Formats: sequence, structure tokens, C-alpha cells
Amino acid sequence: MDFMLSKEHEMARALFKEFAEKEVKPLAQEVDETEVFPRGTVEKMAKLGFLGIPVPKEYGGQGCDPLTYAMCVEELSKVCGTTGVIVSAHTSLCCDPIMTFGTEEQKQKYLVPLAKGEKLGAFGLTEPGAGTDAQGQQTKAVLDGDEWVLNGSKCFITNGKEADVYVIFAITGTVEKRGRMQKEISAFIVEKGTPGFTFGTKEKKMGIRGSSTYELIFTDCRIPKDNMLGQQGKGFNIAMHTLDGGRIGIASQALGLAEGALENTIAYVKERKQFGRAIGAFQNTQFQLADMATKVEAAQLLVYKAAMAKATQKVYSVEAAKAKLYAAEVAMEVTTKAVQLHGGYGYIREYDVERMMRDAKITEIYEGTSEVQRMVISGALLK
Amino acid sequence: MKIVVCVKQVPDTAGGVKFNPDGTLDRGAMLTIMNPDDKAGLEAALRLKDQYGAEVTVVTMGLPKAEEVLREAMAMGADKGVLVTDRVLGGADTWATSTTLAGAIRNLEYDLIITGRQAIDGDTAQVGPQISEHLNIPVISYAQDIKIEGDSVVVERQYEDRYHVVKAKMPCLITALSELNEPRYMTPGGIFDAYKQEITVWGRADLKDVDDSNLGLKGSPTKIAKASDKVRKGAGEKVSLDPDESVSYIVDKLKVKHVI
Repeated sequence: MDFMLSKEHEMARALFKEFAEKEVKPLAQEVDETEVFPRGTVEKMAKLGFLGIPVPKEYGGQGCDPLTYAMCVEELSKVCGTTGVIVSAHTSLCCDPIMTFGTEEQKQKYLVPLAKGEKLGAFGLTEPGAGTDAQGQQTKAVLDGDEWVLNGSKCFITNGKEADVYVIFAITGTVEKRGRMQKEISAFIVEKGTPGFTFGTKEKKMGIRGSSTYELIFTDCRIPKDNMLGQQGKGFNIAMHTLDGGRIGIASQALGLAEGALENTIAYVKERKQFGRAIGAFQNTQFQLADMATKVEAAQLLVYKAAMAKATQKVYSVEAAKAKLYAAEVAMEVTTKAVQLHGGYGYIREYDVERMMRDAKITEIYEGTSEVQRMVISGALLK
Repeated sequence: MKIVVCVKQVPDTAGGVKFNPDGTLDRGAMLTIMNPDDKAGLEAALRLKDQYGAEVTVVTMGLPKAEEVLREAMAMGADKGVLVTDRVLGGADTWATSTTLAGAIRNLEYDLIITGRQAIDGDTAQVGPQISEHLNIPVISYAQDIKIEGDSVVVERQYEDRYHVVKAKMPCLITALSELNEPRYMTPGGIFDAYKQEITVWGRADLKDVDDSNLGLKGSPTKIAKASDKVRKGAGEKVSLDPDESVSYIVDKLKVKHVI
């Protein structure tokens, strides 16, 4: 067993780190403060292929493995949680399902521009009444001639108004399963600008405030029949498969936030003096840092293991769930401790750890709450 | 068009500097980067490639570890990499280095050679012009802009307060300034491709038309009397005065210290 990264991965990390430091970090505070989507950064990332890292080259991507992609989200999130989730939602929740379940025509039409970063992607599963209970969908799609007609709404959609291509889930009928009638869910690709597809309110959030989180509204929205993604009735499986990958992205975001907070704190405790000494000279500070660093490394190992599992295994739900559960909880714990070690300054918005703590909270909630991850993990244990 | 770019792996000043007992740099023990002027030279070559079409070969001399800087160049878009490495070449000064690089470049076809103006570790700015002397081709140093016109290059050569426009027939050598451009980033896919490519490794035996007496530490006329990491200076003194007062203030200080 070898815990060393390959030279390629080391160099890729150096690239992501350099980009994050030079292009992302200087804007992080402003993006948070103004809640403005960092369009310029997204364009720069598109040019460098950051929006198609795990997509094969024949579809306009970089042809790298999931670990490289995870490291990209990690390094971006070290300095800006908003930028991390933009890449994660685009890649894991839109590129990935089209890459996995799309027809060749759909891949050419949608995946290629997504991977090149010419278009941005989003994913719509959650509804006001269907969060963890994804089966509680209300959005309906009815076939009318050569078109599906969508009615309903989706909420809390990342990249909401900024995206161009959306993977949307809707009920296409009912099926009998073990004697009970169940909703049949299917997945669709919907383009921005389709008549009947509009945006509702922009959410005002605690963290990741530059990320564009919107409600999507479908009112007699007609999309071509060919825009169904995968088979009819397989939507729930597509959603769950997609979220397995997405959880690795969010776990990477959480990991990055924890690492960023730890790095900031190490620098701060060397500078900050109380009682005539740097606060890093106090044992409480040292022990807190030791715990933070140990947990961050444990989280990193779980995240990288899950990313490797995605590359080599057909099913990696448990690995992804463990990585997301642990990394998210470590992100919350480490960022909270980072604020505490910064004292009063940690509570001031001028200091990055304040933002990181707010950004970290969402990683315990979206793309499957920590409770859902525990359900997935324990479900596999007790099967 | 064929372009050869010389690059050097230099210590990353962020990571601290370490010396061998003989005063030369302990390159194996330091964090490294591609020398900034060389990176600008590489970017200039890649832009010429984008604009006119060219094959860009990157050459470096150094420890086997210097392969990294070639991979980085290839991940940015260079086509080939040549690593010149041999124990007998170690400890080289500018003379021995330029002799070595010229010996390597004699094996390559080229219309244009681009080097950085100077490396941040030695700061001599000698190697580029010396290579052109060894190869008997023209050199234009301190380039802030490069254009191709037929079989010539037209270069803006930077001075402190002006620039000269200089034209030279190819083949020729240009030394580039880091102000020349903003080097591109690598791409993730480019990195993985770069590691799949073959790198040419040459030793002493592969160098063309060079004499052993001009190679390595033994072939280096430069002798290092003493070397040390930068000495920490105090914070100094900051004063806010109008220009006339400042002059007399500084003059007084210099007198007190018996400088004047």
C-alpha cells in the first residue's frame, strides 16, 4: 500500500494551488460580501479545462481521473468555497450523468460544450417537499407527441441562473413495486431559454454566497422527446448514481475548507501575541492544532480513497458516503475551532476563517445530509 | 519553424536556500520552480507556435530531478524535452553551462533559440549570450516583444527608458524578460500527457564539439569565495518628510555612520 501521490497528481495539485492563490483567493472575500457569481473566474477555469477534468478527451474534457478532479475542488475550496461548489455541481451533477447515461447525440450536443466550459451545468432534483425524501417529487413530465411537457418547480439549485444545461428529474407515471404503486421518475436534459422554464427567487444564504442558488420553475415547458436522459423510469437510479459522485465533489470541497481554515490558523497563532507570547506557544493552541491536522488528514485519506474507488469500482456509494460524512463534519469542526483560535478577530468578516465556517455548514446538508450518509453506510453494514 | 527554449530549474525562494560545503547550491534539497525569465521565454515560444506554427523543444541542464521542469514545459505546450545530466557537468558556472548547452543544441535543428535573461539563483545574465557566441549566431537580449518577419525576427529590446527595435536573421538567439508576457498555466490533461511522453536524456558523451576542460566545476573559471543565505535586516526606520528635509536627514544619517 502506497500513500504517495504520483508525480502527475503532484503537478496537477501545484497547478490548482497556483491558480487558486493567484486567481481565486483575491476575489473570495468580495464574492462572499457582494453575493455576485464569479463569472470571470469560471471563464478562466473553462479555458484551462477545469470544467471537464474527468471527462474523456473525445468529449472535450481533460481525460483525467476522479482524484485529479477531487484535488481541483479541494484546492479551489481552500481559498473559496463558492468557486469549489461551482466546479463540483457542474462536473459531478451535470457532466457526469450525461457522460454515464447520455446517448452519443446527447454527449455531442451537451457534454462536449459542458466539458470545454463553453456551457455551465446544473442539476435539479430537490423540491420544496422533496429533499432527503427524493421520492416525494411533484414535478411532472407528460409526453405530448414528440415533446415532454414539464410542470413543477425545483429549489436550492446550485449554479441556478448561471447554468445553460440542466439535468432535471420529474414524474413520468406510476409503477407497481412489490404490490404498491410508486412514482416513476425520469431524468431530462433541459436547456436554459426553453419557453416555460423560468427562475424563481434567488436564495440568500449563510455561506457559499457567490454561488447562484435559485428556484427553477417549469410551466408547460416543452422539451424534445430525445432529451430524456437514460431510460424512462430510471430517474431515481440516475439521481442516486449521480449523487454518489457528487458526494466526492462535496467531500473535496469540505476538505478544502478545513485545510484552508487550518492553514490560516497556523499562520495566525504564530503572529498573534497574548501575555507576551505568540498564542501558538500555549499548549491549548498546540493540542487544538494537532487534533485539527489529524482529522484533516483522515478526511483527506477518505476523500482520496473514494475518488480512487470511483475510478476503479462500479459501485462506490459507501466510500463516497463515508468521505462526505467525515469530511463535512471535520470541515465544520475545524472551521469552528479556527474561529475560536482567532478569538474576536475570527468573528470579523475581514478574516477568512469567518467565511470558511459559514461555508462549511452547507457541506453537512447538501447532496445528502450527514444523516443520509449514515443511512447509506449503515444500510450497507446491515444488508 | 523550430524553436529551442533553454529553461532552468531554480530554487523556489519561498522554500529557503541550502548550500553544499563548497558554496554551490544544494539543488537536490530545495523546492524548485521554473526560472521566471525562462518561463516568459517559453511562453513567447508557445505564442509563436500558436501564431506561426512551430516545434518547441525545451532543453535543460541539471540533476535528473530537473526532468520536472521539462514536464512542466510540456504540460504548457512544448513538444519535446531534452535533459542534459551527468556527474561531470556538476558545479558548472556560466561558462561551463553555456558550453554544455551549446554542445547539446548542436545536436538539434533550430531557427530560434530563446533563453531567459537571467536566472534568479545566479543573476548573471551571461548564459544566453554565451550560447550564441559558442554557436556563432546573433543574439538579441532583453526582449520585451518578438515578431517574425519572413526569415527574420523583429525584437523590441528593452532599456531603462526606451526600447530599440532590432531585426536579425534567423537562426539567432533571444533572451527574454519576465515582463515579456504572462505565462500560461498548464492544463490538467496536459500534465498527464506530458508524463506519457518520452524525454531525451543526454550525458557528456552526447555533447557535440566540446572540450572536457570547459565542463563542470573543473571547467568553471568562476571561483566562489563565500556564499550565504540572505542576512536578515532590521525593520529599518520610516520617516515622513518633505523632499528637502529628506535630503538633509539622509545626509546627516550617512555622516553619523561615516559613510560620507
